[in-house]
Amino acid sequence: MINKNIVIVGGGPAGLEAARTLRNAGLTPILLEGSDRLGGHLLEWDSLFPSNQKASEVLESLTADLEGIKWFTNSKVEEISRIKDIYLVRTSSGYTFQANAVLLTTGFSLFNATLKQELGYGIYDRVITNADMERYFATGEHPCIHEPKTIGFVHCVGSRDEKICNRACSKVCCATAIKQACHIKEKFPLAQVYCFYMDLRMFGRGWEDMYYNAQTKYGIRFVRGRVCEVSEGMDATLNIKAEDTLLGKPIRMKMDLLVLMSGIRPRKDTEDIASNLHIELGTDGFYSPRDPFIRTNESSNEGIFLAGTCTGPATLPETFSSARSAAARIIEYLESK
Amino acid sequence: MIITDFGYCLAPSNAVKVDKTTDWRFEKLCALESDVLKCIGCGSCTAVCSAGHFSQMNLRQCILSLSRGQWEKSVRSLSRCMLCGKCLMVCPRGINTRHLILSICRIYCPGEGGSNA
Repeated sequence: MINKNIVIVGGGPAGLEAARTLRNAGLTPILLEGSDRLGGHLLEWDSLFPSNQKASEVLESLTADLEGIKWFTNSKVEEISRIKDIYLVRTSSGYTFQANAVLLTTGFSLFNATLKQELGYGIYDRVITNADMERYFATGEHPCIHEPKTIGFVHCVGSRDEKICNRACSKVCCATAIKQACHIKEKFPLAQVYCFYMDLRMFGRGWEDMYYNAQTKYGIRFVRGRVCEVSEGMDATLNIKAEDTLLGKPIRMKMDLLVLMSGIRPRKDTEDIASNLHIELGTDGFYSPRDPFIRTNESSNEGIFLAGTCTGPATLPETFSSARSAAARIIEYLESK
Repeated sequence: MIITDFGYCLAPSNAVKVDKTTDWRFEKLCALESDVLKCIGCGSCTAVCSAGHFSQMNLRQCILSLSRGQWEKSVRSLSRCMLCGKCLMVCPRGINTRHLILSICRIYCPGEGGSNA
């Protein structure tokens, strides 16, 4: 089995963890990353809920020891073809790799918030996204954040919304919003911070405690209602419209900063890869596993495996578990060949 | 029947008696307009409503009240609707709200112009 080749497509958390696991089992996986750095979305995030650990620390421990892993950056996969039991993976860097098994860890893309025009992202300067907020936390700089007095977080932007063809819940934005709300409150203790939610989905371990602390320790105010219109006043403050559905009345507010929680969407190339590899997609646009309970890491095509958020929204611990279980499943598969 | 004055009286219950709310009108509405079952109660429709800013018009609450058999007050408030359709544009579940409002009027207030609407 030691001569068998495994190609992992995507050098984010799932790809890195799967590569490490396979390497520790004595194999030499090939890890292909399309961009110029390993790390995926972890590179863009400052801290992680619920412990507020720095994303860079997690990334460091993931990339600390890559010996035994053949990794390539700037290597976007252009085509995967199959000859009998061997897959040929051709990359943009001009190489072709032979593989007995291919693991897709292509991840997700964040929803492009400019598509929800009524929320004003890309139109009004003080409307930013969760990704912009993380960048601000990491660098301490944003041209439009100067001592904001009122800050609003809008949950479910680009998720649970049929108008942009995504009915699915993005799963992690509720917790991210509360993490960011507490964090910004620490930076600006005098600011009043509001979270506009449809349903708060705090299902993870320790998440309910985050919510509790947000209420009691940080005094974050939660409004059950969806912000559906944003406009800008003469003084560049934002006017927002929502219904406080628990009160049963429309509410109007002024905001100095509005943060849109962009949801998790399939990557644009998901469909191309799926048709190239003859693997099935779910109605949500993510890759479908062969079976939702037992064979969660197998695609509908033999020899092609799946891990991480390319199969739908997931938290980071879930992504790591999925990567390790994919590695175990690949080893089983190669041994059976 | 002799009613003895005990010096106190019982206030009528404020509770919604869910057991007694099976309502043929709501079943008819669901059959005609299955969109009504899609509502997740986010309140977007009410937030943008031009009429709701000045009146009791609240489509989200109306849908919820109808499903609980409490329709009298809420259906009346729909008469404020100007059918501008802003709610239709913001609904995250893609409910055809304008059509729904007309169907509610047809079923709940026939003879008040609703039947001709």
